[in-house]
Amino acid sequence: MNAASTSALAPVSGHATVRADLLGRMRGASGPYLASVAVCATIVAWALFAWGYQIVNGFGSTGVRRPVYWGFYIVNFVFWIGISHAGTLISAILRLTGAEWRKPVTRAAEAITVFCLMIGGLFPLIHISRPWFFYWMLPYPNERMLWPNFRSPLFWDLTAILTYLAGSVIYLYLPLIPDLAELANHSKGAKGRIYRALSLGWTGSDRQWQALERSMKLMAVVILAIAVSVHSVVAYDFSMSVMPTWHNTIFAPYFVVGAIFSGIAALVLVMAALRKLMGLEGYLREVHFVNLSKLLLLMSLIWGYFTFSEHLTTWYGNLPSEIRVFQFREHGLYGMLFWTMVACNFVVPFVLVGVSRLRSIPTIAVSSAAVLVGMWLERFLIVIPPLSNPPLAAAWGSYAPSWIELSITAGTFAAMVLLYLLFVKAFPIIAIWEYNDGVRAR
Amino acid sequence: MAEEATQQAEGGTERTPQWAMAIDLDRCTGCEACVVACASENNVPTAGEDQAAMGRTKHWIRIDRYYEGEFPDIKVKYRPVMCQQCDEAPCEPVCPVNATYQNAEGLNVQIYNRCIGTRYCANNCPYTVRFFNWFAPEWAEPLNLQLNPDVSIRPSGVVEKCTFCAHKIKRAKLDADADGRELADGDVQPACVQSCPAEAMVFGDMSDGDSKVAKLLGSGRSGQLLESLGTKPRVFYLEKAD
Repeated sequence: MNAASTSALAPVSGHATVRADLLGRMRGASGPYLASVAVCATIVAWALFAWGYQIVNGFGSTGVRRPVYWGFYIVNFVFWIGISHAGTLISAILRLTGAEWRKPVTRAAEAITVFCLMIGGLFPLIHISRPWFFYWMLPYPNERMLWPNFRSPLFWDLTAILTYLAGSVIYLYLPLIPDLAELANHSKGAKGRIYRALSLGWTGSDRQWQALERSMKLMAVVILAIAVSVHSVVAYDFSMSVMPTWHNTIFAPYFVVGAIFSGIAALVLVMAALRKLMGLEGYLREVHFVNLSKLLLLMSLIWGYFTFSEHLTTWYGNLPSEIRVFQFREHGLYGMLFWTMVACNFVVPFVLVGVSRLRSIPTIAVSSAAVLVGMWLERFLIVIPPLSNPPLAAAWGSYAPSWIELSITAGTFAAMVLLYLLFVKAFPIIAIWEYNDGVRAR
Repeated sequence: MAEEATQQAEGGTERTPQWAMAIDLDRCTGCEACVVACASENNVPTAGEDQAAMGRTKHWIRIDRYYEGEFPDIKVKYRPVMCQQCDEAPCEPVCPVNATYQNAEGLNVQIYNRCIGTRYCANNCPYTVRFFNWFAPEWAEPLNLQLNPDVSIRPSGVVEKCTFCAHKIKRAKLDADADGRELADGDVQPACVQSCPAEAMVFGDMSDGDSKVAKLLGSGRSGQLLESLGTKPRVFYLEKAD
């Protein structure tokens, strides 16, 4: 870490230069940028149409069927909530441990968290067949004294995700405040007034800096606890059930590890894209990718260990209903997906990142892409095979998504890119003050 | 629930019956008369060819077939499976809006209006006897002409399942009240029980020691489906002990 922190002093330095450079990148929009926005917006619009079609025509327009009552939507839900852990881990852990190299990375990470939660949090809404009654899950006062079911893991889920969303928005916002004041100083007209209002009267006084520091520390601790609890609760959606292989004790930590794993992968991919497309080579340097890739490798090992433990105990235990799911998952189409998952999550990062001669920004980005594919497959293999094989043989069945699920899935990936494209034009993607915190008058 | 029932019973005002069903597997011929009777009694919609091929048929009661031996020396065993009306129902705690619960008479009740369609209950039912309304209900002609006015039509997007013919229980109680008498054993006959030509199914109040069903439960031949899961079903299967 020490070597990393010294080499992280990027060639771009000096407060005025950095500020001018980063603010300059927010101005104007190139042709390719506008084209990307248009393409993403079109895909998102198509996905919204698909959702509308599903609501109007009935949930049967999806591919979900008996006995697989949960399909792509739950897979995507777990996937996106998982990725949202990028912000938490990088930003909160690195901030708490005082890892200096984190500075150009934190804001990109925190933005991922907020956007992923917005997208992931939408999936329960898309997943339920009568979304217009969504508010029945909330404990609001009503004259008939009807309450949600506090015993339901889905209610815990709702609570956890709303808490996490609120927490991570605050956590993204706090370190934005000094930059917002900076932006207000450099913008005119309505834009300037909006930034001014958002900066909450920031003047950069000593007292304000101390308050910011304190609240960021506090939020880092809070958000860390929330993040762990959120993905545990997502895991409880499965492990509280009586379905074979879902009902186990490893899921909560397994899900948290998988979430952090896929979160790092997503962050690396986003950073690689930002570096290339925005020309941030002077800020996001090889050392950042190498450091993150080491974290990726560590999580890959832990994930591999958990996966091994889970499957070994199922196989050795040899309970009839569980071994049925195990065999279903290890053979045929699902077997192919299973081994692809193992290759993506374990073999690829191990070779490309583990072998130091092969380790470079492109190979780290490729491993991260592989991990994202692998982690999506992991969630797919957790959700579908147990549901396809309920305890009574008469009810065994299969699942395949329809165009609705495929469109909405594509739409959420486009939405992520779109939100990011808009974000980098509205706010500096690297925290200007944090990058330069030497200039702070203390 | 059971405590509540005894208290009421001891209070001497009105007994709360504890509904249960006994199904004699040695009698069942697998004729599926119960399946047909159930569908027409409870306004269970038809799925149509394409949807049926996808696995979206709805049968509140189904006949599971178990084969023993190798062809041609083969023995088939039938098991009618409907909602087991579990005392410890896995479907109940997972619903985020309390759309399903166990009532005082031991019925696992589904409130269609309250269901928002998370389908968690259907996933968590080890018997896979909960059904989802993929579309607004439809009936192949001429089945649309024989809907039962006592049973509500379920809208698109909610979960439904066997009710133990709750509307017939209600009707029997009203009739008994009107006649000024107590509900007698055999007054309530769910559609499946009523239609079984082999008389393999018996329905009644298991808290009443004199009822037919209580006697069958004490016969030593009775067991429950997936008993080891601890769901405590109210449906009991009678089988010759091997």
